[in-house]
Amino acid sequence: MEFLIDLFDNFWVSLAGKLLLVATMIPLIGMVIGFAEMKLSAKMQARVGPYFAGGRWGWAQLIADGVKFFQKEDIVPDAADKPVFKSAPILVLVGTVALFVVIPFGPGLIFRDLSVGIFYALAISSLSTIGILMAGWSSANKYSLIGGLRAAGQLIAYELPLVLAVVGSVIMAGTMSMSGIVEAQINAGFPYVIVQFVGFAIFMVAALAELTRIPFDMPIAESELVMGYLTEYSGFRFLFFFLAEFANMFSMSAIAATLFLGGYWLPGIPEDLLSFVGPFILIGKVFLLAFLMIWFRWTFPRFREDQLQGIAWKWLIPLALANIAVTAILKVVL
Amino acid sequence: MSTYFESYLTVGAFAALGAVLVLVMLGVASVLRPTKPTAEKQLTYECGVDPVGDGWSQTYVRYYVFGLLFVIFDVEAVFIFPWAIQVDELGVFALVAMLFFIVTVIEGLVYAVKKGVLRWE
Repeated sequence: MEFLIDLFDNFWVSLAGKLLLVATMIPLIGMVIGFAEMKLSAKMQARVGPYFAGGRWGWAQLIADGVKFFQKEDIVPDAADKPVFKSAPILVLVGTVALFVVIPFGPGLIFRDLSVGIFYALAISSLSTIGILMAGWSSANKYSLIGGLRAAGQLIAYELPLVLAVVGSVIMAGTMSMSGIVEAQINAGFPYVIVQFVGFAIFMVAALAELTRIPFDMPIAESELVMGYLTEYSGFRFLFFFLAEFANMFSMSAIAATLFLGGYWLPGIPEDLLSFVGPFILIGKVFLLAFLMIWFRWTFPRFREDQLQGIAWKWLIPLALANIAVTAILKVVL
Repeated sequence: MSTYFESYLTVGAFAALGAVLVLVMLGVASVLRPTKPTAEKQLTYECGVDPVGDGWSQTYVRYYVFGLLFVIFDVEAVFIFPWAIQVDELGVFALVAMLFFIVTVIEGLVYAVKKGVLRWE
């Protein structure tokens, strides 16, 4: 035991351990959330969903899908801009993996507690916007082009409410470090959602739009654009976009849980237990939010493109700015 | 090595891991999958018929105005964050200054909306 602790005190050894952990975590998250989405969608539509793979409840469906994608031919259209086409999924996944650095799973259980935590998370999450735009442009396909442009317009419009909604929590906590924000909530004795409900609501709406999930899925609107910027992708490259979507669902929910729902902490849980139960509490909250996202998918119809922009610019951004102003005034006055 | 560089290294290593994951999995897949390209298969997909014209056809990029608006607001957000973590210490003066700043930027947004940037016809 002593030997192991000494070993992981070494920066390089612990870094290798962290990389290994996150490399296994991301496909696992993709499978769990993907399976949850399949089964929940089926329940909500009164279907059975995956049933046969694995023997019971079809639990192995996503593993079978993964194996299937390994055998799929990797088709690159002749007309495509090949280097850009091939590197787009890389950029999308880089943003996804790098986002995991600042998610606190428990006291001290964070890959790296950056002092600019939340700011870094917001900055790095917009990296995948470039990847999506690259995918849309390089496919040399009209649907992909329209989908890519829609995605760019949408991700740009909703990044602002996302960034501004966070400021309320940052003002209250007085720090941008992700674990610092959780500790501030522990010290305050309540999760920030109670006073920052507006911020939380704006964050969730903007996060849905950033993930291009229904009702904000115009960039890949199947009934209009085939598959939007993914139209020309096949095989494993196609799978990476989905893996990134599910992993981003996880990390966005984790950020929302950390900023507004108390992260790895629940009121009433003694603090010395948190290093053990903290990760489970956080993952529980994440799955609650992920469930909400899946639920929304089968509840709301898709927005129109001008409605989408109108919601962001006319409602969410002014509302987020008002939230910042009110929070700051209350913080200074009280 | 200082913790400062360790932070950068961690972030860099995680970013690199994203690229490595893609490359390794594609490498494994390239051993397992068939490669039988045909002219029809490599054709641009357009609902089953032969593609008409160039894939990079002319489209009306309405979103460029939003791009411009975005730059303004994103810069604003960068200004808000340093103040946000120091609201208490900076006190009333900075608060009033920041409120002026926010109102000015909202004014710009109102101007853009009144100009008809968000109107779609």
